[in-house]
Amino acid sequence: MAHAVEQEYTTTGLNHRKLLMWVFLGSDCLFFASLIATYMVYRGQSLVGPYPNDIIDVPVTTISTFVLLMSSFAMVQALAATNADNRKATINWLLATALLGSIFIGFQIVEFNTFKNEGLTLGGNLFGASFFTLTGFHGAHVTLGIIWLLALAILGMKGRINSKTALDVELCGLYWHFVDIVWIVIFTLLYLIAGFDVGPVAIPGG
Amino acid sequence: MTTVDHKRIAILYGVTAFIFLLIGGLEAGVIRMQLASADNDLIGAGRFNEMFTMHATTMVFMVIMPLGVSFFNFVIPLAIGARDVAFPRLNALSFWIFLFGAVLMHMSFVVNQVPDAGWFSYANLTEKPFSPNRGLDFWSISLLVMGVASVAGALNFIVTIINMRAPGMTFMRMPVFVWMTLITSILLVLAFPVITVGLIELTLDRNFGTHFFIPAEGGDPILWQHLFWIFGHPEVYILILPPMGIVSEILPTFSRKPLFGYPFVVFSGIVIGIMGWAVWSHHMFTVGLGPVANSVFTITTMLIAVPTGVKIFNWIGTLWKGAIEFTTPMLFALGFVALFIIGGLSGVSHAVSPSDFQQQDTYYIVAHIHYVLFGGSMFGIFAGAYYWFPKITGRMMDETIGKINFWLIFIGMNLTFFPMHFLGLNGMPRRIYTYSAELGWENLNRIASFGYIVLFVGILVFIYNILKARNSRRVSHDPWDAPGLEWSIASPPPAYNFAEIPQIQGRDHYWIVKEKAEAAGTPITEPEALVDPSSIHMPSPSYWPIFTAVGVTLIGGGLLSHYALSFVGGVIAMMGVIGWSNEPAAAPSDHH
Ligand SMILES: [Cu+2]
Repeated sequence: MAHAVEQEYTTTGLNHRKLLMWVFLGSDCLFFASLIATYMVYRGQSLVGPYPNDIIDVPVTTISTFVLLMSSFAMVQALAATNADNRKATINWLLATALLGSIFIGFQIVEFNTFKNEGLTLGGNLFGASFFTLTGFHGAHVTLGIIWLLALAILGMKGRINSKTALDVELCGLYWHFVDIVWIVIFTLLYLIAGFDVGPVAIPGG
Repeated sequence: MTTVDHKRIAILYGVTAFIFLLIGGLEAGVIRMQLASADNDLIGAGRFNEMFTMHATTMVFMVIMPLGVSFFNFVIPLAIGARDVAFPRLNALSFWIFLFGAVLMHMSFVVNQVPDAGWFSYANLTEKPFSPNRGLDFWSISLLVMGVASVAGALNFIVTIINMRAPGMTFMRMPVFVWMTLITSILLVLAFPVITVGLIELTLDRNFGTHFFIPAEGGDPILWQHLFWIFGHPEVYILILPPMGIVSEILPTFSRKPLFGYPFVVFSGIVIGIMGWAVWSHHMFTVGLGPVANSVFTITTMLIAVPTGVKIFNWIGTLWKGAIEFTTPMLFALGFVALFIIGGLSGVSHAVSPSDFQQQDTYYIVAHIHYVLFGGSMFGIFAGAYYWFPKITGRMMDETIGKINFWLIFIGMNLTFFPMHFLGLNGMPRRIYTYSAELGWENLNRIASFGYIVLFVGILVFIYNILKARNSRRVSHDPWDAPGLEWSIASPPPAYNFAEIPQIQGRDHYWIVKEKAEAAGTPITEPEALVDPSSIHMPSPSYWPIFTAVGVTLIGGGLLSHYALSFVGGVIAMMGVIGWSNEPAAAPSDHH
């Protein structure tokens, strides 16, 4: 989809691909909502440890969250550079976004490994199962985003990204920001709110 | 294999789904033969479980849904004045993934490890200790694969309908079928992710050691029920709204007057689409969610009957004082209305939670769902098939055989499913593979099984009628004198659909055009003239959709065999996406 597409007539004036992306993100919202719901339903329901308070490291994840937020900033810059037909800046900002995303994934890999060593596994308890499933699928989304960004950067080097094809960058940006926002929700719920839960039943009546 | 033309994809969907209809129908036949007499031992309990599971799964996901999509594909671009869908290659991808996913599901028969936990596969029966073979892995993974196809297809139709309407076709001028397609697609896009998460968790439980639905480890089987029915109830509307749309096209055509209360039909559809999210727990009244939850869901469920009732009154209002022509599509549409009323009423009777306690898991429920899904959905689909057949092929199906076809199916359907109401009220549980003679259920079961044979003959007559139509006379482009835009072009429509994108003059556009021409003394007898196809810029055929679909399916297939295969599938899918992105959507040409 990376070639120049002439702007064709649409009933609403909205580009087909942009509309497609918005509706897709709506669909993806429900996907994450269901995973998050699973996590919240099982909050405090694990029969054996480790429990969140034993292993969740809020300060470290705050750093990786900050990195991911910065990547959204880089993404905005990449789109601005594309619209300004500044090829070099476009490529650099795209690569910067991808790099920041990769650092986030690096943090996640380290985190997963640490958790595993501390006894949290998919099969160990419900906390592990719902935690790894939710953050794992989020990580997979970020990884896909990184591949997309790199593909755009390569196209940029071939000179195929410019203000006429800025939509290619914009769509990737929409996706990227969405994945970021989902992370903010996950960070708030899993780390800031539920990250200090101790023992099996943490919520009254839950 | 490489086509991206929405009309050919429609036929691919239609033929494929019809083959699955026969497979699912034969499974139903085995069930009916087993139950035809008391203490029967034609098949054992295990086989019986496989039969009802695969019958329902097939009919819901591989017959009614894709048949709906087949109509979306054929009709939507024509009805809104577009040359194709918004993303023709994505459309082809949806079809191939659907087909491969369905084949993957049926591979379970080849290895004789067939899903057997019912179409809603309640946890924790579905967990490894209780369902040790791979049947349920086939079930969940194939559904995940087909889910990709459904969502991709729905995204495509949402964009197509919102963005590709011909000038003048405002939202409130859209044919009701287009409206229902839009609502269905939105429901699909929002409901499928929920079941996707449920299926992923089930797959993780069965293969990766998690305990999402295992009570012994703190897991909650009820969560599965919630996830399933939050998807499952909107799914019911995904199955019924498209046929409602079809019927809303056919009733006005053969009553020779516009749809009565068009805005009410549209808005009641929207209301159903929204309220459909707030009723799911009516499937779970006997779970013990408590009196408050049961009361709330009783009320919401009874309320959702109101917009449905509004539609029924509008259909009847359309017929009122109309010059009714009893053609075959009209008969099926009227059959739809009649049978759907029966199914709707029995539905309201188990909306009331105390009454549902008596009906839960009995044949009364089986009767209800077949009145809405066969009497409703399938009758709407048959109506649509007879209605649009001359547009699709340029030939007419035989009307006399069509009427025989209708009456056989109508009588067969009632003989099969009406007695089930009584069986249920007499206490016969669903999903039992046999029963003892002293329970007194044998006679009604006999009638139901005999009805099945009548129904089956009816389906054979339908096939015969289609085959026979190959040699029938060609008909004009507008044999029904219909109001829809699709009737203004040649039958079968040329690849580019419209030589000139039409200017829409109102609801029932083509009636308006014909009336004006009549008044001007130059009645329309010919379709829009054909032009040289090379003068119109159309999407080129592409190998990438089928290539990518193979990759996506292999990812799922790998989960069922060797993970290495999943990896290969991932690589193929990735290559497909790259190839796809680098291929121009249409051959370059000057601007049109
Ligand atoms: Cu329901």
